Amino acid sequence: MDSKSYDNDLNLNLKATELRLGLPGSDASEDQAVPVPSSALNKKRALPEKSEEVIGSKGNTDDAEKITAPPAKAQIVGWPPVRSYRKNCLQANKISEAETPGIYVKVSMDGAPYLRKIDLKVYKGYPDLLKALESMFKFIVGQYSEREGYKGSDYAPTYEDKDGDWMLVGDVPWEMFMSSCKKLRIMKGSEARGLGCGV
Amino acid sequence: MGEDPSSSQMSEDDDRSPPLDPISSNKARNCSGSGCPSSSSSSSTDYIIPYPDQVLENVLENVLCFLTARQDRNAASLVCKSWYRAEALTRSELFIGNCYAVSPRRATDRFSRVRAVSIKGKPRFADFNLMPAHWGAHFGPWVSAMAKAYPWLEKVYLKRMSVTDDDLALLAESFPGFKELVLVCCDGFGTSGLAVVASKCRQLRVLDLIESEVIDDDVDWICCFPESQTCLESLMFDCVECHVNFEALERLVIRSPSLKKLRLNRYVSIGQLHHLMVRAPQLTHLGTGSFSSSEGNAQGDQELDCVSAFAACKSIVCLSGFKEIFVDQLPAIYPVCANLTNLNFSYANISAEQLKPVIRNCHKLQTFWVLDSVCDEGLKAVAATCKELRELRVFPVDPREDIEGPVSEIGFQAISEGCRKLQSILYFCQRMTNEAVKAMSRNCPDLVVFRLCIMGRHRPDHVTGESMDEGFGAIVMNCKKLTRLAVSGLLTDQAFSYIGQYGKLVRTLSVAFAGDSDMALQYVLEGCPKLQKLEIRDSPFGDSALRSGLHHYYNMRFLWMSSCLLTRQGCRDIARALPRLVVEVIKSDQQQVETGEYVDILYMYRSLDGQRDDIPKFVDIL
Repeated sequence: MDSKSYDNDLNLNLKATELRLGLPGSDASEDQAVPVPSSALNKKRALPEKSEEVIGSKGNTDDAEKITAPPAKAQIVGWPPVRSYRKNCLQANKISEAETPGIYVKVSMDGAPYLRKIDLKVYKGYPDLLKALESMFKFIVGQYSEREGYKGSDYAPTYEDKDGDWMLVGDVPWEMFMSSCKKLRIMKGSEARGLGCGV
Repeated sequence: MGEDPSSSQMSEDDDRSPPLDPISSNKARNCSGSGCPSSSSSSSTDYIIPYPDQVLENVLENVLCFLTARQDRNAASLVCKSWYRAEALTRSELFIGNCYAVSPRRATDRFSRVRAVSIKGKPRFADFNLMPAHWGAHFGPWVSAMAKAYPWLEKVYLKRMSVTDDDLALLAESFPGFKELVLVCCDGFGTSGLAVVASKCRQLRVLDLIESEVIDDDVDWICCFPESQTCLESLMFDCVECHVNFEALERLVIRSPSLKKLRLNRYVSIGQLHHLMVRAPQLTHLGTGSFSSSEGNAQGDQELDCVSAFAACKSIVCLSGFKEIFVDQLPAIYPVCANLTNLNFSYANISAEQLKPVIRNCHKLQTFWVLDSVCDEGLKAVAATCKELRELRVFPVDPREDIEGPVSEIGFQAISEGCRKLQSILYFCQRMTNEAVKAMSRNCPDLVVFRLCIMGRHRPDHVTGESMDEGFGAIVMNCKKLTRLAVSGLLTDQAFSYIGQYGKLVRTLSVAFAGDSDMALQYVLEGCPKLQKLEIRDSPFGDSALRSGLHHYYNMRFLWMSSCLLTRQGCRDIARALPRLVVEVIKSDQQQVETGEYVDILYMYRSLDGQRDDIPKFVDIL
């Protein structure tokens, strides 16, 4: 929702009474570059603020942003009133999620004409991953048990680990799987059943 | 104000004006009348005549020991000089609501047998970077004075004070019986300071660091606790942003059999948490640290064990932490949900679906802090189960202005309908309606604290387009116990007229980007006799509004006004009219040489000792 055009639509000219305080170099500083005459603050909503009216009329925010730099509402010091400690905690989590690259692995299915690639980071755990694979390759994966592998299906999801061995998906903890999986292969038929029976 | 829920009561309750001058000394002392010792009253002296006054004072002292509430003690001290003296000798808990209202010397001169001290420093808006750094509120002068005056000091509680490592060292050395240190929103010290406290305060029972900034000096402070059994009952260090030596921490927990409250920081993984919980099944308050694994740790076993670890901690009533929550692990806490009275999820970015299985078991929950990531749907789930809820805080995951918010008037109204016993609410949102606010004013008549933060400045009721005047008006009208109010959204002078008319118990008021004219502030200053703390930013209030409060400023703890329309002359006029008021004009930008027409920040407060002597360059005292 673009608040600038919203304000203009209501014809309130709220910008004129808006008091802003920003330190030089902060986001708000570009707004500060256009001094609001003090009389404007006393006369409620009488004088339009120059930069806004000339450039940023309804819906033209893109142009406004290119010309005058200030975004629709510049970040104001200390607003919303959330303590920096709290903000930093949440930021830290966001950054660590955003910056680490995805774990892309190839997925092949016996009999399929071409391979797919998926990002393991997107999935929260095995159920999530298996559901995605089922939908991607149109098959059903069967019931997993430690003893018997995937029962009730012609398919078994397997992966190649760091040592080059082919493992059944689901045996190790999810985090460990994510860090050791190099590629996935959905085995079919007798080969699949053979692996599941445990040698 | 992400304050620790358990200490929220410290922020309420102010003392009344301290007596401005000690009652002038006079030979005659009697117990009737109000501090004018010259007149004698025959009825009371008839009883006293056979006994020396000293005996009466001793009796008084013994009786006054039973008076614990601050307001009661202040009242007693005003009766007459004799009571004043007796009260001063028997006051063991000293509360200083504004560290500059009285000098350390004066406080220690009057009260000679203090065991516990609470001092508050910077005003709350300093938390949001509105106050320039190094403004003041130094603990140094206080600890120096107390080191001499109170050798038997046991407890220190500080909020928004600047504390140095040297201060902590002096504290640790000066008070052999020292038991409790609680630092809330403090800064200026590091792990070296903590190390000294840990090693020298042998009787230490409580070391609580709450939302304080702690400098990482690379000192292993956990290792500094004495090797023998400790008296530790509470150790809270969730705000300390540095690694702790886990082995040392585990050994500390093992040799602290009285430990009931433990809040870990985010450098403690869930596996390590499990270890600690097994060692301390008697815990009642637990801060879980990161609640996720460090890289490469095997997960499978831990998941099961965590459930059993929680199941073994039958006494947990307060749960917090979850600083980097790995949501798959959340089911581990199910065993304790039914007993929880206090749950802090405000660092856990979880969805409604992830919240529901937890919250549906929390029937006894009274305090709940959460992120708005749970959406209106999550709040509905809270409303459906938590019938005992007294305090709710909903914080924004993304504290920006012009975005679609996940919570709105829908969740707000659901809470009001489900949680009828609500006393305190802090709610951040992007959209709100008068209808929902009015509903809460009717559904939750026990509200004492109402803080609504509509994050978009000047944002009106998003359904009707009207101002939020009527909603806030309904709150002050219907919530007869209201003492703390924070307003937001599009507000005209009318909202403030309501506050002045109905907010007769309001003591703390927080205003931002609101009002049309001076009348708004005048309504409040004239209408709210209990007003103690008033913080205003970016609102069009000028000198004449400021003048309208002259009759009341001595009754207040402080007034903060930033980015309003106050001139220097206007502030000077106040300073001249009220000599016991300290009127600070603060420049928010230290580089700026030329001052504009209006004052950046006005911060004024009553003081018995006049100007402070530690004024930085950017502060002028008028």
